[in-house]
Amino acid sequence: MNKANDSTEKLNKKLLFTNSIVQFFKNNIGILCALFVMCLALTLATDSFFDGKNLLTVLRQICINALLAFGMTFVLIIGGIDLTVGSVVGASGVAAVMLMEAGVGIIPAILLTLVFGAIIGLINGTIIATTGMPPFIVTLSLMGSIRGVAYIITDGRSVASSNKTFTSMGNGYFLGIPIPIYILAVVMIIVSIILYKTKFGRRMYAIGGNPTAAKYTGINIKGITIKVYIISAVLAALAGIILASRMFSGQPTAGQGYESDAIAAAVLGGTSFTGGIGTIGGTLIGALVIGVLSNGLNLLHIPSYVQMVIKGIVIILAVGFDIIKNRKNGK
Amino acid sequence: MAKQYFLEMYGICKTFPGAKVLNNVELKIEAGEVRALMGENGAGKSTLIKILGGIYSKDQGCGCIKINGREVEINSVHDAQAHGISIIHQEISLAENMSVADNLFMGQELLKKVRCFVDDKQMINKAQQVIDSMGMDIDVRTKVGDLSIAKQQMVEICRALLYDSKLIVMDEPTSSLTQAEIEQLFIQIEKLKKNGIAIIYISHRMDEIFRVADSITVLRDGELIGTDLAANLDRDKLIGMMVGRELMEVQKREEKHDLADECLVVKNLKNKKLKDISFSLRRGEILGFAGLVGAGRTELARAIFGIDRIDSGEIFINGEKTNIKNIRDAIAKKIAYVPEDRKHEGLFLVHNIRYNISISVLESFIKFVGVNKKKEQAILDEHRDKLSIKMTSGNQKVQQLSGGNQQKVLVSKWLATNPQILILDEPTRGIDVGAKAAIYRLIYDLAKQGVAIMLISSEMEEIINLSDRIVVMHEGEIAGELDNKGTAESMQEKIMLLASGGKLNE
Repeated sequence: MNKANDSTEKLNKKLLFTNSIVQFFKNNIGILCALFVMCLALTLATDSFFDGKNLLTVLRQICINALLAFGMTFVLIIGGIDLTVGSVVGASGVAAVMLMEAGVGIIPAILLTLVFGAIIGLINGTIIATTGMPPFIVTLSLMGSIRGVAYIITDGRSVASSNKTFTSMGNGYFLGIPIPIYILAVVMIIVSIILYKTKFGRRMYAIGGNPTAAKYTGINIKGITIKVYIISAVLAALAGIILASRMFSGQPTAGQGYESDAIAAAVLGGTSFTGGIGTIGGTLIGALVIGVLSNGLNLLHIPSYVQMVIKGIVIILAVGFDIIKNRKNGK
Repeated sequence: MAKQYFLEMYGICKTFPGAKVLNNVELKIEAGEVRALMGENGAGKSTLIKILGGIYSKDQGCGCIKINGREVEINSVHDAQAHGISIIHQEISLAENMSVADNLFMGQELLKKVRCFVDDKQMINKAQQVIDSMGMDIDVRTKVGDLSIAKQQMVEICRALLYDSKLIVMDEPTSSLTQAEIEQLFIQIEKLKKNGIAIIYISHRMDEIFRVADSITVLRDGELIGTDLAANLDRDKLIGMMVGRELMEVQKREEKHDLADECLVVKNLKNKKLKDISFSLRRGEILGFAGLVGAGRTELARAIFGIDRIDSGEIFINGEKTNIKNIRDAIAKKIAYVPEDRKHEGLFLVHNIRYNISISVLESFIKFVGVNKKKEQAILDEHRDKLSIKMTSGNQKVQQLSGGNQQKVLVSKWLATNPQILILDEPTRGIDVGAKAAIYRLIYDLAKQGVAIMLISSEMEEIINLSDRIVVMHEGEIAGELDNKGTAESMQEKIMLLASGGKLNE
């Protein structure tokens, strides 16, 4: 009997190892079904959805949200939240365009804007890690302050970009594929490596999963917390640069409410609000669901106010399905 | 030639705001020695260990720690690990969301040649080796949250084995292990000993202590009572050292009143934490519940009060079979439970005293939308006087009160419901002598008025001085029921024996 158990165990081990992709599908079954059903329905209901050009448009549209959602996933994994990302998108877009209009070269301007993002993340992270204030309160307050800074430096007006190279970053194509998709792919590889392959990533899960255990094993919780908020803010700054490039201008109002879409994408992808659980792949699917939904509703000519109602309901259904499924599994 | 010790701790003191928990404690351990550290709850064992592990720092300028004869500073968990000290904490400190392998290497991840990249393959292989060597049947890729508590405990032990530890502290390592797993652990301890690793073993279980320990150190009330070879000690001597022979602080209850009829009868109560509990409680009786931490006393209270599920068994109240499904049922049957953790389970710290005392009897003075302020004030006044709660006014926030006064407010909150059965869980933990006396007086008075009282306490003196009868619990079972007769010392020894899994030979 024991021997039989032993061999099945070994077999299971092999299955577990080789089929980690299957595991991924299992964990995200609810959201994947939602995505599949939506795509199928839209393909049948419209002529224009299942079309190479439209699909590329969807991908390009989700780039901004996916970048923010990757950062949000990091922050949620360590048990925090970052509500400043939408404001950072606005402020950094403005900053990048103004720098270029002032004569700074495109590369230095982008780098400076990313540093600007890093400084905001440093402020967020330092306040949260050293004072013990709730991340929700800290980032909610700074969300307003950062948006205010964007208004102050532009006097509330949008700043047009005259730099063609810059605007082609958001609007151009390379080998028939929009450039933002390449950027997203590179970022996705980098954040996946950080999360899954480095000790930093491993420790993020530990901090979110059991802070006491993390402390008792000598993990530097403060340092990791600060770095995670920096990563989130830098990704938001990058998203802001791409958005400004796409809109041919830096707009202080850009990115309003983007934090809620980022949170929705992360949560749809199975990220836990209490920390310790979350994957990059899941979050990407979450962003895809939101993107396909918006695109589909537009193709069906559904008014934008109705779209808001539908989006909310879809998120509740998809997340609820996963939670109920997990409860049935005895958790 | 002087003995070479691996670890020497001299004159260690630790003061928390308001209490000195360690006073001039000394501990010396040789390589390859297994030292048992014993003492009652609150004797200072865990504090001493946390100082050694870098979680607490000892009082400044008080005592020193030497490793291999050289004085060292241990200011962080890293320092402790760097000196080869590993601690297995009593409460499981694993991240349930992560795999066994990730937990084993948490904070000490194995890296690839390019630093900062983790080497998963090597970690999984090494982790599996250690797990296999412990004779455990666990795939190290499983999530810790999917393992049983016992297996989680073993994973924690494995973590200490993985590091290059010279000294491993095990704080109650066997509290949730099965006998077979305990045997595995003992085999491992033998192996570690042979490799020259020193072990500090904290446990309340006498039989284990005498099996594994070379020598035993006893602490009591933060002081070192003595260290001796295990061979020179026996159960009785050890209990004597742990308990002490000093005068009892608590005033012995003088008069005992006659008891009325049975008002709570529990028959064969079972759930996840409780194994077949039966007892009865009479009106006006104080029934003490003694036992070690984790013996199931709080769990029993929670089951009776409708917090935890009951799997089988019956509860009779006033001779009537009752089915308590939730807390509201329990309150309707006039049961009150004053929980042990007053800050988390008992009080609304950010609210004022008036709010806290009246929260469980709102319907007595709020009718639909009308608040009867006079009645509310009357409830507050009555309880303030009954327990002499020191407060500036009913509007004072509870978090501004001392521990003793907080406890009085908590007790008042439940007394306001006029209970016929009152369950007190560690009612005097961490409060000063004056507040203790007030609570003791209240317990007597309530009993006199005919309230049936279940008193759960880890303070021996309290149990012995207050109770009519004493139930001793051990690992979810009732180990024995004692009539509170005879000297306090003899009672105490009996209780200790039963609580640590021994049998009375009468």
